[in-house]
Amino acid sequence: MSQPTILSNGLSRRSFMAGTVSAAATAPLLASSARAETPRSMEQQPRQPVVASLKINKQSHEVSLDTRTSLLDALRDHIGLTGTKKGCDHGQCGACTVLVDGKRVLSCLSFAVMNEGKDITTVEGLASREGKLHPMQQAFIDHDAFQCGYCTPGQILSAIGCVNEGHAESEDDIREYMSGNICRCAAYPNIVAAVLQARDETKGA
Amino acid sequence: MRPFVYEQPADISAAVAIAARFASNDEQPTRASAQFIAGGTNLADYMKLGVAKPDHLLDLNRLEDTGLRQIRVTDGGMRFGALVRMGEAADHAEVKRRYPVVSDSLRLAASGQIRNMASLAGNVLQRTRCEYFRETSWHCNKRVPGSGCAAMEGFNRQHAVLGSSDACIATYHGDFGQALIALDAVVHAEGSRGARKIPFAKLHRQPGDTPHVETDLAADEIITAIDVPALPWARRSLYLKIRDRESFAFALASAAVALDLDGDSVRDARIALGGVSTVPWRAKAAEDALQGKTLDEATAQAAADAAFADAEPRQHNAFKIELGKRTLVRALLETREMKV
Repeated sequence: MSQPTILSNGLSRRSFMAGTVSAAATAPLLASSARAETPRSMEQQPRQPVVASLKINKQSHEVSLDTRTSLLDALRDHIGLTGTKKGCDHGQCGACTVLVDGKRVLSCLSFAVMNEGKDITTVEGLASREGKLHPMQQAFIDHDAFQCGYCTPGQILSAIGCVNEGHAESEDDIREYMSGNICRCAAYPNIVAAVLQARDETKGA
Repeated sequence: MRPFVYEQPADISAAVAIAARFASNDEQPTRASAQFIAGGTNLADYMKLGVAKPDHLLDLNRLEDTGLRQIRVTDGGMRFGALVRMGEAADHAEVKRRYPVVSDSLRLAASGQIRNMASLAGNVLQRTRCEYFRETSWHCNKRVPGSGCAAMEGFNRQHAVLGSSDACIATYHGDFGQALIALDAVVHAEGSRGARKIPFAKLHRQPGDTPHVETDLAADEIITAIDVPALPWARRSLYLKIRDRESFAFALASAAVALDLDGDSVRDARIALGGVSTVPWRAKAAEDALQGKTLDEATAQAAADAAFADAEPRQHNAFKIELGKRTLVRALLETREMKV
């Protein structure tokens, strides 16, 4: 947010924010452009929404958000990507796991505005355009690595992160490094098998 | 959650300046109007619960100062930038080689996701997960000074047996902090009154009569780096963590141990205890008990007895004394067996 990016309508985001946040209402923006260079803290009020630019699955989204909005709620409620699940909302279950700049993180404990300019990958962004599943998604199907499926998007994103980090060397390794993802159906043995399969398929890929 | 203004200061001095502008005299960082956020794994959780209520949230992740994100070897010791993430430090080859206890303490903490998010400085400053602190309907002297402590007569199985007071028995749950206090780490901080170094052992405050005073930091001070001094014999070190479940849980008892051995005889020892105390806990009495002794089960037990000599159990946590002792004995004997 420190760098004023230029919106498609030619206004800098800072001037955009200084005015209204409604994308349709452009007139008040111009009226308030004189305030554009005022430091954020002076102009910003706690309840005033901010416009955040989020890059999700290689696509940019401009969203008007209350600063309190978690990345999870931004994804689900503002952008309509409901594949990412809300479990505990306190960082204890892993259902909300997404990749940010390639690393698995908990979207419930991250404020959306902190993720501007970062590459966010959700479960919706894993399959190819043609619909070919990511090897980890296919492995979860092959091994029946879920029952109710609620934790599965988080499991899959976490598993991809786990393999990328090099922490899927053994079954014990996988169990330890996947411990942030709870599965109340207890599909754990099948999840471990799925991670092993996908690990071997993606090695060197 | 209380509404807040979100800001991204460009460098440390800008962050300090904003924090100083909103800080009133001697206000605790945890109660200040403007608070810093890095990983957010602790703060965001406590903001959701209404325990933390900043009006201004200063995001440190865009600070330009590159040293904040680096792990460097310095004069044989190591310097950890404050914004380095736990997972990165845990996997760092030099950290594993020089200070296994540091690497272990980070690897055994939290979950893969949280370790990717949480900064090292944020980790050491993490606040207690005392159930009565977390839930704002309970009385808690740490959250609301003078309101009382529901844990004293409550379900206090998780609570501390060392360093507690009549006002607070909340456990310090961190693991990394135990490794740091054992290794005589030093914290670098910058605030409106300038830069200073704080021995890690002085960073946290025991609760005493003022459990809401958790650290030595001012509201406008930012930890910039943590130095771990050179200690060649720390290659013989480890962190043993005992939990209710095998992974992703706080310690019921833990021990950070480094040993300087001459054969089986102890030239020097560093011992810290987690899961049992209100602050990172250096067990000097245990270290002294081992000095010059042959390390065996009997001397390890004597050291463990010394470590818990002043322990004060409550209704549900007395088991931590025996568990803490056994954890330390096992950690000492396992450290002795390390091939270095």
